[in-house]
Amino acid sequence: MPMLQPATVLTRHIEQLYQQHSRQVLATLIRLLGDFDRAEDALQEAFSAALAQWPQTGVPASPVPWLISTGRFKAIDKLRQQQRFVSDGEAVLVQIVSEDADDSFALQMDQQQWPDDYLRLVFTCCHPALSLEAQLALTLREVCGLTTEQIARAFLQTPSTIAQRIVRAKQKIKAAAIPYQVPPPQQLAPRLQAVHKVIYLLFNEGYSMPCQQSAPDDGMQQADLAQQAIDLARQLLVLHFDTESCGLLALLLLQHARRQARFTSQGELILLADQQRQHWDQALITEGIRHVETALSSGRIGPYAIQAAIAAVHSESPDSASTDWPQIHALYQLLYRLEPTPVVALNQLVALSMCHGPAAALTQLAPLLADENLAQYHLLFAVAADFHRQLGQTGEAINFYRQALALATTNADQQFLQQRLQDLAAK
Amino acid sequence: MKYLCLVYSNEQLLHSLPESPQDAECQAYAEQVAHSGRMLAAEALQGIATATTVRMRAGQVLLSDGPFAETKEQLAGFYLIEARDLNEALQLAAGIPAARVGCVEVRPVRQLAV
Repeated sequence: MPMLQPATVLTRHIEQLYQQHSRQVLATLIRLLGDFDRAEDALQEAFSAALAQWPQTGVPASPVPWLISTGRFKAIDKLRQQQRFVSDGEAVLVQIVSEDADDSFALQMDQQQWPDDYLRLVFTCCHPALSLEAQLALTLREVCGLTTEQIARAFLQTPSTIAQRIVRAKQKIKAAAIPYQVPPPQQLAPRLQAVHKVIYLLFNEGYSMPCQQSAPDDGMQQADLAQQAIDLARQLLVLHFDTESCGLLALLLLQHARRQARFTSQGELILLADQQRQHWDQALITEGIRHVETALSSGRIGPYAIQAAIAAVHSESPDSASTDWPQIHALYQLLYRLEPTPVVALNQLVALSMCHGPAAALTQLAPLLADENLAQYHLLFAVAADFHRQLGQTGEAINFYRQALALATTNADQQFLQQRLQDLAAK
Repeated sequence: MKYLCLVYSNEQLLHSLPESPQDAECQAYAEQVAHSGRMLAAEALQGIATATTVRMRAGQVLLSDGPFAETKEQLAGFYLIEARDLNEALQLAAGIPAARVGCVEVRPVRQLAV
Protein backbone atom coordinates (compact mmCIF):
# COMPACT_ATOMS: atom_id res chain seq x y z
CA MET A 1 0.00 0.00 0.00
CA PRO A 2 1.47 3.39 -0.95
CA MET A 3 2.15 5.81 1.89
CA LEU A 4 -0.12 8.85 1.88
CA GLN A 5 1.68 12.15 1.45
CA PRO A 6 1.50 14.32 4.58
CA ALA A 7 -0.28 17.05 2.61
CA THR A 8 -2.94 14.55 1.59
CA VAL A 9 -3.34 13.40 5.15
CA LEU A 10 -3.75 16.99 6.28
CA THR A 11 -6.29 17.76 3.55
CA ARG A 12 -8.28 14.71 4.60
CA HIS A 13 -8.10 15.80 8.20
CA ILE A 14 -9.45 19.23 7.27
CA GLU A 15 -12.20 17.64 5.15
CA GLN A 16 -13.14 15.52 8.11
CA LEU A 17 -13.19 18.57 10.37
CA TYR A 18 -15.47 20.28 7.86
CA GLN A 19 -17.87 17.35 7.77
CA GLN A 20 -17.99 16.96 11.52
CA HIS A 21 -17.71 20.51 12.81
CA SER A 22 -18.55 23.05 10.10
CA ARG A 23 -22.15 23.39 11.40
CA GLN A 24 -20.84 23.98 14.89
CA VAL A 25 -18.46 26.67 13.63
CA LEU A 26 -21.22 28.21 11.51
CA ALA A 27 -23.75 28.25 14.36
CA THR A 28 -21.33 30.11 16.63
CA LEU A 29 -20.26 32.48 13.84
CA ILE A 30 -23.90 33.39 13.16
CA ARG A 31 -24.27 34.34 16.82
CA LEU A 32 -21.02 36.30 16.87
CA LEU A 33 -21.54 38.04 13.52
CA GLY A 34 -25.32 38.39 13.67
CA ASP A 35 -25.84 37.48 10.04
CA PHE A 36 -26.21 34.20 8.11
CA ASP A 37 -24.42 35.25 4.94
CA ARG A 38 -21.58 36.98 6.74
CA ALA A 39 -21.14 33.86 8.88
CA GLU A 40 -21.10 31.55 5.86
CA ASP A 41 -18.45 33.68 4.16
CA ALA A 42 -16.44 33.64 7.36
CA LEU A 43 -16.79 29.85 7.61
CA GLN A 44 -15.41 29.37 4.09
CA GLU A 45 -12.59 31.86 4.80
CA ALA A 46 -11.68 30.03 7.98
CA PHE A 47 -11.35 26.69 6.23
CA SER A 48 -9.41 28.29 3.35
CA ALA A 49 -7.04 29.75 5.94
CA ALA A 50 -6.66 26.33 7.55
CA LEU A 51 -5.76 24.79 4.17
CA ALA A 52 -3.23 27.54 3.55
CA GLN A 53 -1.64 27.80 7.01
CA TRP A 54 -1.76 24.40 8.66
CA PRO A 55 0.77 22.76 6.29
CA GLN A 56 3.33 25.27 7.72
CA THR A 57 2.13 25.73 11.28
CA GLY A 58 0.68 22.30 11.95
CA VAL A 59 -2.83 21.60 13.20
CA PRO A 60 -3.70 23.76 16.23
CA ALA A 61 -4.33 21.98 19.51
CA SER A 62 -8.00 23.07 19.46
CA PRO A 63 -8.95 23.33 15.80
CA VAL A 64 -12.62 24.29 16.30
CA PRO A 65 -11.96 27.43 18.39
CA TRP A 66 -9.16 28.27 15.93
CA LEU A 67 -11.64 28.09 13.04
CA ILE A 68 -14.24 30.18 14.87
CA SER A 69 -11.70 32.79 15.87
CA THR A 70 -10.15 32.93 12.39
CA GLY A 71 -13.57 33.18 10.71
CA ARG A 72 -14.52 35.99 13.03
CA PHE A 73 -11.34 37.96 12.37
CA LYS A 74 -11.72 37.48 8.61
CA ALA A 75 -15.25 38.87 8.89
CA ILE A 76 -14.01 41.86 10.90
CA ASP A 77 -11.30 42.52 8.29
CA LYS A 78 -13.89 42.44 5.57
CA LEU A 79 -16.19 44.80 7.46
CA ARG A 80 -13.26 47.20 8.01
CA GLN A 81 -12.63 47.21 4.26
CA GLN A 82 -16.31 47.78 3.51
CA GLN A 83 -16.68 50.37 6.21
CA ARG A 84 -15.73 53.16 3.85
CA PHE A 85 -18.51 52.18 1.46
CA VAL A 86 -21.31 50.93 3.70
CA SER A 87 -23.04 53.38 5.99
CA ASP A 88 -24.00 50.88 8.69
CA GLY A 89 -20.72 48.96 8.49
CA GLU A 90 -19.26 50.85 11.39
CA ALA A 91 -22.17 50.19 13.72
CA VAL A 92 -22.02 46.46 13.00
CA LEU A 93 -18.27 46.44 13.47
CA VAL A 94 -18.42 48.26 16.79
CA GLN A 95 -20.98 45.76 18.02
CA ILE A 96 -19.00 42.70 16.93
CA VAL A 97 -15.66 43.94 18.22
CA SER A 98 -17.00 45.23 21.54
CA GLU A 99 -18.42 41.83 22.37
CA ASP A 100 -14.98 40.46 23.12
CA ALA A 101 -13.33 43.59 24.50
CA ASP A 102 -12.98 41.98 27.94
CA ASP A 103 -11.54 38.73 26.69
CA SER A 104 -14.91 37.05 27.13
CA PHE A 105 -14.53 35.82 23.59
CA ALA A 106 -12.42 32.92 24.81
CA LEU A 107 -15.24 31.99 27.15
CA GLN A 108 -17.83 32.29 24.40
CA MET A 109 -15.95 29.72 22.40
CA ASP A 110 -16.09 27.35 25.30
CA GLN A 111 -17.53 24.01 24.23
CA GLN A 112 -20.39 24.73 26.65
CA GLN A 113 -21.73 27.34 24.26
CA TRP A 114 -21.85 25.11 21.25
CA PRO A 115 -25.04 23.16 22.01
CA ASP A 116 -26.86 26.46 22.56
CA ASP A 117 -25.59 27.88 19.28
CA TYR A 118 -26.59 24.75 17.40
CA LEU A 119 -30.07 24.80 18.97
CA ARG A 120 -30.40 28.50 18.08
CA LEU A 121 -29.65 27.57 14.49
CA VAL A 122 -32.26 24.80 14.51
CA PHE A 123 -34.95 27.01 16.04
CA THR A 124 -34.24 29.87 13.63
CA CYS A 125 -34.31 27.64 10.54
CA CYS A 126 -37.50 25.88 11.72
CA HIS A 127 -39.25 29.14 12.63
CA PRO A 128 -42.98 28.87 11.84
CA ALA A 129 -42.95 32.43 10.46
CA LEU A 130 -41.15 30.93 7.44
CA SER A 131 -43.05 28.82 4.93
CA LEU A 132 -42.70 25.09 5.47
CA GLU A 133 -40.80 24.69 2.17
CA ALA A 134 -38.39 27.39 3.29
CA GLN A 135 -37.98 25.77 6.71
CA LEU A 136 -37.10 22.44 5.08
CA ALA A 137 -34.64 23.94 2.60
CA LEU A 138 -33.02 26.22 5.16
CA THR A 139 -32.64 23.43 7.71
CA LEU A 140 -30.98 21.15 5.15
CA ARG A 141 -28.71 23.97 4.00
CA GLU A 142 -27.68 25.52 7.32
CA VAL A 143 -28.20 22.82 9.93
CA CYS A 144 -27.30 19.74 7.88
CA GLY A 145 -24.83 21.50 5.58
CA LEU A 146 -26.17 20.06 2.31
CA THR A 147 -25.44 21.93 -0.91
CA THR A 148 -28.21 23.69 -2.81
CA GLU A 149 -27.80 21.08 -5.59
CA GLN A 150 -28.26 18.20 -3.18
CA ILE A 151 -31.40 19.79 -1.72
CA ALA A 152 -32.76 20.45 -5.21
CA ARG A 153 -32.30 16.80 -6.14
CA ALA A 154 -33.96 15.58 -2.99
CA PHE A 155 -37.07 17.70 -3.63
CA LEU A 156 -37.03 17.24 -7.43
CA GLN A 157 -36.66 21.01 -7.90
CA THR A 158 -34.16 23.09 -9.81
CA PRO A 159 -31.18 24.45 -7.84
CA SER A 160 -32.25 28.00 -8.67
CA THR A 161 -35.70 27.43 -7.13
CA ILE A 162 -34.12 26.13 -3.94
CA ALA A 163 -31.49 28.90 -3.92
CA GLN A 164 -34.23 31.52 -4.26
CA ARG A 165 -36.23 29.92 -1.47
CA ILE A 166 -33.20 30.06 0.83
CA VAL A 167 -32.34 33.65 -0.10
CA ARG A 168 -35.92 34.79 0.57
CA ALA A 169 -35.98 32.99 3.90
CA LYS A 170 -32.74 34.67 4.96
CA GLN A 171 -34.09 38.03 3.85
CA LYS A 172 -37.17 37.52 6.00
CA ILE A 173 -35.04 36.44 8.97
CA LYS A 174 -33.17 39.72 8.64
CA ALA A 175 -35.97 42.13 7.69
CA ALA A 176 -38.54 40.84 10.17
CA ALA A 177 -35.88 40.26 12.87
CA ILE A 178 -36.52 36.57 13.48
CA PRO A 179 -34.23 36.14 16.50
CA TYR A 180 -31.31 33.76 16.78
CA GLN A 181 -32.34 32.22 20.06
CA VAL A 182 -33.70 29.20 21.84
CA PRO A 183 -37.26 30.17 22.84
CA PRO A 184 -37.94 30.82 26.54
CA PRO A 185 -39.39 27.84 28.47
CA GLN A 186 -43.03 28.98 28.17
CA GLN A 187 -42.76 29.09 24.35
CA LEU A 188 -40.56 26.03 23.97
CA ALA A 189 -43.24 23.34 23.60
CA PRO A 190 -45.04 24.76 20.54
CA ARG A 191 -41.71 25.70 18.92
CA LEU A 192 -40.30 22.22 19.51
CA GLN A 193 -43.42 20.90 17.77
CA ALA A 194 -42.45 22.94 14.71
CA VAL A 195 -38.91 21.52 14.81
CA HIS A 196 -40.27 17.97 15.14
CA LYS A 197 -42.54 18.55 12.18
CA VAL A 198 -39.66 19.67 9.98
CA ILE A 199 -37.59 16.65 10.98
CA TYR A 200 -40.52 14.30 10.37
CA LEU A 201 -41.29 15.83 6.96
CA LEU A 202 -37.63 15.52 5.96
CA PHE A 203 -37.71 11.88 6.96
CA ASN A 204 -40.93 11.19 5.04
CA GLU A 205 -39.56 12.96 1.99
CA GLY A 206 -36.67 10.49 1.97
CA TYR A 207 -38.70 7.53 3.17
CA SER A 208 -41.38 7.74 0.48
CA MET A 209 -38.80 7.02 -2.22
CA PRO A 210 -37.38 3.55 -2.89
CA CYS A 211 -33.81 3.08 -1.58
CA GLN A 212 -31.25 4.58 -3.93
CA GLN A 213 -29.61 1.74 -5.82
CA SER A 214 -26.48 3.76 -6.46
CA ALA A 215 -25.38 7.35 -6.26
CA PRO A 216 -25.49 9.34 -9.50
CA ASP A 217 -22.15 9.07 -11.21
CA ASP A 218 -21.18 12.74 -11.29
CA GLY A 219 -19.56 12.99 -7.90
CA MET A 220 -22.59 14.64 -6.35
CA GLN A 221 -24.13 12.20 -3.94
CA GLN A 222 -27.85 11.94 -3.51
CA ALA A 223 -28.72 13.35 -0.13
CA ASP A 224 -30.24 10.68 2.06
CA LEU A 225 -32.99 12.77 3.64
CA ALA A 226 -34.17 9.99 5.90
CA GLN A 227 -30.67 9.61 7.33
CA GLN A 228 -30.29 13.40 7.68
CA ALA A 229 -33.55 13.52 9.61
CA ILE A 230 -32.41 10.73 11.94
CA ASP A 231 -29.07 12.47 12.59
CA LEU A 232 -30.92 15.69 13.33
CA ALA A 233 -33.38 13.98 15.69
CA ARG A 234 -30.44 12.34 17.47
CA GLN A 235 -28.63 15.65 17.91
CA LEU A 236 -31.78 17.40 19.08
CA LEU A 237 -32.30 14.77 21.76
CA VAL A 238 -28.70 15.05 22.96
CA LEU A 239 -28.99 18.84 23.18
CA HIS A 240 -32.37 18.97 24.86
CA PHE A 241 -34.26 16.08 26.38
CA ASP A 242 -37.95 16.10 25.63
CA THR A 243 -40.38 13.17 25.61
CA GLU A 244 -41.57 13.90 22.10
CA SER A 245 -38.03 14.38 20.74
CA CYS A 246 -37.31 10.95 22.17
CA GLY A 247 -40.53 9.51 20.68
CA LEU A 248 -39.75 11.09 17.31
CA LEU A 249 -36.25 9.59 17.17
CA ALA A 250 -37.68 6.18 18.15
CA LEU A 251 -40.34 6.42 15.43
CA LEU A 252 -37.81 7.35 12.74
CA LEU A 253 -35.43 4.56 13.75
CA LEU A 254 -38.17 1.93 13.80
CA GLN A 255 -39.51 3.02 10.40
CA HIS A 256 -36.04 3.28 8.94
CA ALA A 257 -35.35 -0.28 10.12
CA ARG A 258 -37.88 -1.48 7.52
CA ARG A 259 -36.47 0.46 4.58
CA GLN A 260 -34.88 -2.54 2.81
CA ALA A 261 -38.14 -4.49 3.03
CA ARG A 262 -40.53 -1.76 1.87
CA PHE A 263 -40.01 -1.86 -1.88
CA THR A 264 -39.48 -4.56 -4.49
CA SER A 265 -36.36 -4.30 -6.65
CA GLN A 266 -38.64 -2.60 -9.22
CA GLY A 267 -39.56 0.07 -6.69
CA GLU A 268 -43.05 -1.28 -5.96
CA LEU A 269 -44.44 -0.71 -2.49
CA ILE A 270 -44.66 -3.77 -0.19
CA LEU A 271 -47.26 -3.55 2.59
CA LEU A 272 -46.22 -4.08 6.19
CA ALA A 273 -48.07 -7.43 6.32
CA ASP A 274 -46.18 -8.75 3.29
CA GLN A 275 -42.68 -7.53 4.15
CA GLN A 276 -39.83 -10.00 4.67
CA ARG A 277 -39.18 -9.21 8.31
CA GLN A 278 -35.75 -10.85 8.34
CA HIS A 279 -34.70 -7.83 6.24
CA TRP A 280 -35.62 -5.44 9.02
CA ASP A 281 -32.57 -3.84 10.61
CA GLN A 282 -32.37 -5.35 14.11
CA ALA A 283 -29.78 -2.85 15.38
CA LEU A 284 -32.08 0.08 14.53
CA ILE A 285 -35.04 -1.75 16.09
CA THR A 286 -33.13 -2.31 19.32
CA GLU A 287 -32.11 1.34 19.48
CA GLY A 288 -35.64 2.46 18.59
CA ILE A 289 -37.28 0.30 21.26
CA ARG A 290 -34.85 1.63 23.86
CA HIS A 291 -35.97 5.19 23.03
CA VAL A 292 -39.66 4.18 23.04
CA GLU A 293 -39.22 2.83 26.55
CA THR A 294 -37.50 6.03 27.68
CA ALA A 295 -40.26 8.15 26.12
CA LEU A 296 -43.11 6.11 27.59
CA SER A 297 -41.60 6.15 31.06
CA SER A 298 -40.96 9.89 31.16
CA GLY A 299 -44.38 11.30 31.87
CA ARG A 300 -46.51 13.17 29.36
CA ILE A 301 -46.79 11.03 26.26
CA GLY A 302 -47.32 12.71 22.90
CA PRO A 303 -48.27 11.62 19.39
CA TYR A 304 -44.73 10.73 18.28
CA ALA A 305 -44.14 8.49 21.31
CA ILE A 306 -47.45 6.70 20.70
CA GLN A 307 -46.69 6.18 17.01
CA ALA A 308 -43.26 4.89 18.01
CA ALA A 309 -44.90 2.49 20.46
CA ILE A 310 -47.12 1.21 17.63
CA ALA A 311 -44.08 0.74 15.39
CA ALA A 312 -42.35 -1.07 18.26
CA VAL A 313 -45.22 -3.56 18.60
CA HIS A 314 -44.89 -4.33 14.88
CA SER A 315 -41.12 -4.61 15.18
CA GLU A 316 -41.39 -7.21 17.92
CA SER A 317 -43.82 -9.42 15.98
CA PRO A 318 -42.45 -12.22 13.78
CA ASP A 319 -45.34 -11.75 11.31
CA SER A 320 -48.61 -9.90 10.78
CA ALA A 321 -50.82 -12.71 12.12
CA SER A 322 -49.09 -12.97 15.49
CA THR A 323 -49.02 -9.20 16.01
CA ASP A 324 -50.61 -7.90 19.21
CA TRP A 325 -53.43 -6.15 17.33
CA PRO A 326 -55.56 -5.35 20.42
CA GLN A 327 -52.62 -3.38 21.80
CA ILE A 328 -52.14 -1.58 18.48
CA HIS A 329 -55.86 -0.78 18.39
CA ALA A 330 -55.67 0.63 21.92
CA LEU A 331 -52.64 2.75 21.01
CA TYR A 332 -54.45 4.16 17.95
CA GLN A 333 -57.44 5.01 20.14
CA LEU A 334 -55.09 6.88 22.45
CA LEU A 335 -53.50 8.62 19.46
CA TYR A 336 -56.91 9.59 18.07
CA ARG A 337 -57.69 11.37 21.34
CA LEU A 338 -54.58 13.57 20.82
CA GLU A 339 -54.80 13.81 17.04
CA PRO A 340 -58.32 13.29 15.72
CA THR A 341 -57.32 13.09 12.04
CA PRO A 342 -58.75 10.84 9.29
CA VAL A 343 -55.37 9.09 8.91
CA VAL A 344 -55.42 8.05 12.55
CA ALA A 345 -59.11 7.05 12.37
CA LEU A 346 -58.36 4.89 9.36
CA ASN A 347 -55.41 3.17 11.01
CA GLN A 348 -57.50 2.53 14.07
CA LEU A 349 -60.10 0.79 11.89
CA VAL A 350 -57.46 -1.34 10.18
CA ALA A 351 -56.28 -2.45 13.64
CA LEU A 352 -59.91 -3.10 14.59
CA SER A 353 -60.37 -5.28 11.52
CA MET A 354 -57.35 -7.33 12.58
CA CYS A 355 -58.92 -7.84 16.02
CA HIS A 356 -62.61 -8.32 15.16
CA GLY A 357 -62.70 -8.88 11.40
CA PRO A 358 -63.38 -6.64 8.38
CA ALA A 359 -67.19 -6.66 8.78
CA ALA A 360 -66.98 -4.88 12.15
CA ALA A 361 -64.49 -2.36 10.77
CA LEU A 362 -66.63 -1.69 7.66
CA THR A 363 -69.57 -0.62 9.81
CA GLN A 364 -67.38 2.01 11.46
CA LEU A 365 -65.90 3.07 8.12
CA ALA A 366 -69.29 4.26 6.78
CA PRO A 367 -69.24 7.71 8.42
CA LEU A 368 -65.75 8.37 7.06
CA LEU A 369 -66.85 7.44 3.54
CA ALA A 370 -69.75 9.87 3.86
CA ASP A 371 -67.45 12.72 4.96
CA GLU A 372 -67.09 15.19 2.10
CA ASN A 373 -63.78 16.46 3.45
CA LEU A 374 -62.26 13.03 2.80
CA ALA A 375 -63.60 12.67 -0.74
CA GLN A 376 -60.07 13.10 -2.16
CA TYR A 377 -58.34 10.79 0.32
CA HIS A 378 -57.25 7.74 -1.69
CA LEU A 379 -56.23 5.61 1.30
CA LEU A 380 -59.79 5.71 2.63
CA PHE A 381 -61.08 4.05 -0.53
CA ALA A 382 -58.17 1.62 -0.63
CA VAL A 383 -58.98 0.50 2.93
CA ALA A 384 -62.69 0.15 2.13
CA ALA A 385 -61.76 -1.91 -0.93
CA ASP A 386 -59.50 -4.10 1.15
CA PHE A 387 -62.24 -4.83 3.75
CA HIS A 388 -64.65 -5.83 0.94
CA ARG A 389 -61.94 -7.94 -0.70
CA GLN A 390 -61.37 -9.82 2.55
CA LEU A 391 -65.13 -10.44 2.82
CA GLY A 392 -65.17 -11.85 -0.72
CA GLN A 393 -67.33 -8.94 -1.99
CA THR A 394 -65.41 -8.60 -5.25
CA GLY A 395 -67.73 -6.12 -6.99
CA GLU A 396 -67.61 -3.60 -4.13
CA ALA A 397 -63.87 -4.12 -3.76
CA ILE A 398 -63.23 -3.37 -7.45
CA ASN A 399 -65.35 -0.19 -7.25
CA PHE A 400 -63.44 1.13 -4.27
CA TYR A 401 -60.02 0.20 -5.71
CA ARG A 402 -60.93 2.14 -8.88
CA GLN A 403 -61.88 5.19 -6.82
CA ALA A 404 -58.63 4.92 -4.88
CA LEU A 405 -56.61 4.57 -8.09
CA ALA A 406 -58.19 7.69 -9.55
CA LEU A 407 -57.04 9.67 -6.51
CA ALA A 408 -53.59 8.13 -5.88
CA THR A 409 -50.66 10.41 -6.76
CA THR A 410 -47.43 8.43 -6.32
CA ASN A 411 -46.24 5.78 -8.76
CA ALA A 412 -45.77 3.20 -6.04
CA ASP A 413 -49.37 3.65 -4.82
CA GLN A 414 -50.80 3.47 -8.35
CA GLN A 415 -48.86 0.31 -9.16
CA PHE A 416 -50.00 -1.31 -5.94
CA LEU A 417 -53.68 -0.53 -6.59
CA GLN A 418 -53.47 -1.68 -10.21
CA GLN A 419 -51.98 -4.97 -9.03
CA ARG A 420 -54.86 -5.45 -6.59
CA LEU A 421 -57.37 -4.77 -9.38
CA GLN A 422 -55.66 -7.29 -11.69
CA ASP A 423 -55.66 -9.91 -8.93
CA LEU A 424 -59.40 -9.41 -8.37
CA ALA A 425 -60.19 -9.48 -12.10
CA ALA A 426 -58.35 -12.81 -12.37
CA LYS A 427 -60.66 -14.43 -9.80
CA MET B 1 -37.80 47.14 15.77
CA LYS B 2 -41.19 48.63 14.97
CA TYR B 3 -43.98 46.31 13.85
CA LEU B 4 -47.45 47.11 12.59
CA CYS B 5 -50.02 44.52 13.68
CA LEU B 6 -53.01 44.70 11.34
CA VAL B 7 -56.15 43.16 12.78
CA TYR B 8 -58.43 41.64 10.16
CA SER B 9 -61.81 40.07 10.72
CA ASN B 10 -65.11 39.46 9.00
CA GLU B 11 -67.02 42.53 10.17
CA GLN B 12 -70.29 40.65 10.38
CA LEU B 13 -68.79 38.10 12.75
CA LEU B 14 -66.37 40.20 14.78
CA HIS B 15 -68.89 41.09 17.46
CA SER B 16 -71.40 38.26 17.11
CA LEU B 17 -69.53 35.03 17.83
CA PRO B 18 -69.47 33.44 21.30
CA GLU B 19 -65.69 34.02 21.47
CA SER B 20 -65.98 37.60 20.14
CA PRO B 21 -64.19 40.09 22.38
CA GLN B 22 -66.06 42.85 24.16
CA ASP B 23 -64.78 46.43 23.96
CA ALA B 24 -63.77 46.33 27.64
CA GLU B 25 -61.46 43.38 26.99
CA CYS B 26 -59.89 45.11 23.98
CA GLN B 27 -59.35 48.23 26.04
CA ALA B 28 -57.79 46.24 28.88
CA TYR B 29 -55.33 44.53 26.53
CA ALA B 30 -54.35 47.82 24.91
CA GLU B 31 -53.66 49.27 28.38
CA GLN B 32 -51.59 46.23 29.28
CA VAL B 33 -49.44 46.65 26.16
CA ALA B 34 -49.13 50.38 26.84
CA HIS B 35 -47.94 49.66 30.40
CA SER B 36 -45.27 47.29 29.06
CA GLY B 37 -43.88 50.29 27.18
CA ARG B 38 -44.11 48.63 23.80
CA MET B 39 -47.10 50.43 22.32
CA LEU B 40 -46.64 53.34 19.93
CA ALA B 41 -50.28 53.51 18.83
CA ALA B 42 -53.37 51.33 18.65
CA GLU B 43 -56.89 51.98 17.45
CA ALA B 44 -60.04 50.14 16.47
CA LEU B 45 -61.65 51.27 13.20
CA GLN B 46 -65.20 52.05 12.12
CA GLY B 47 -66.70 49.57 9.65
CA ILE B 48 -65.93 49.50 5.92
CA ALA B 49 -69.28 51.17 5.20
CA THR B 50 -67.59 54.35 6.45
CA ALA B 51 -64.47 53.95 4.29
CA THR B 52 -63.54 56.24 1.41
CA THR B 53 -60.71 55.38 -0.97
CA VAL B 54 -58.55 58.14 -2.45
CA ARG B 55 -56.45 57.92 -5.63
CA MET B 56 -54.44 60.59 -7.44
CA ARG B 57 -54.49 60.08 -11.21
CA ALA B 58 -53.18 62.59 -13.72
CA GLY B 59 -53.28 65.27 -11.06
CA GLN B 60 -56.92 64.55 -10.30
CA VAL B 61 -58.25 63.30 -6.99
CA LEU B 62 -60.47 60.26 -7.53
CA LEU B 63 -62.73 59.23 -4.68
CA SER B 64 -64.66 56.03 -4.32
CA ASP B 65 -66.99 54.71 -1.65
CA GLY B 66 -65.77 51.74 0.35
CA PRO B 67 -62.43 50.00 1.01
CA PHE B 68 -59.70 49.58 -1.63
CA ALA B 69 -60.76 46.02 -2.36
CA GLU B 70 -63.59 43.64 -1.56
CA THR B 71 -62.16 41.02 0.79
CA LYS B 72 -63.63 38.32 2.99
CA GLU B 73 -62.01 39.83 6.05
CA GLN B 74 -61.65 43.53 6.62
CA LEU B 75 -59.18 45.72 8.46
CA ALA B 76 -60.74 46.24 11.88
CA GLY B 77 -57.91 47.90 13.81
CA PHE B 78 -54.17 48.07 14.36
CA TYR B 79 -51.34 48.12 16.88
CA LEU B 80 -48.07 49.89 16.12
CA ILE B 81 -45.56 48.40 18.53
CA GLU B 82 -41.89 48.45 19.44
CA ALA B 83 -40.55 44.92 19.98
CA ARG B 84 -37.13 43.37 20.47
CA ASP B 85 -37.65 40.88 17.63
CA LEU B 86 -40.31 39.00 15.67
CA ASN B 87 -40.89 36.49 18.49
CA GLU B 88 -41.83 39.26 20.89
CA ALA B 89 -44.04 40.94 18.25
CA LEU B 90 -45.83 37.66 17.48
CA GLN B 91 -46.42 36.96 21.14
CA LEU B 92 -47.95 40.39 21.58
CA ALA B 93 -50.08 39.98 18.43
CA ALA B 94 -51.37 36.61 19.66
CA GLY B 95 -52.74 38.36 22.75
CA ILE B 96 -54.91 40.80 20.79
CA PRO B 97 -58.45 39.63 21.66
CA ALA B 98 -59.73 39.92 18.07
CA ALA B 99 -57.17 37.28 17.00
CA ARG B 100 -59.62 34.71 18.41
CA VAL B 101 -62.17 35.45 15.66
CA GLY B 102 -60.05 37.09 12.96
CA CYS B 103 -56.33 37.24 12.31
CA VAL B 104 -53.42 39.60 12.85
CA GLU B 105 -50.88 40.32 10.13
CA VAL B 106 -47.54 41.34 11.62
CA ARG B 107 -45.37 43.53 9.39
CA PRO B 108 -41.96 44.93 10.24
CA VAL B 109 -41.77 48.67 9.57
CA ARG B 110 -39.37 49.63 6.80
CA GLN B 111 -36.79 52.31 7.36
CA LEU B 112 -37.01 54.75 4.46
CA ALA B 113 -33.75 54.88 2.52
CA VAL B 114 -32.97 58.57 3.00
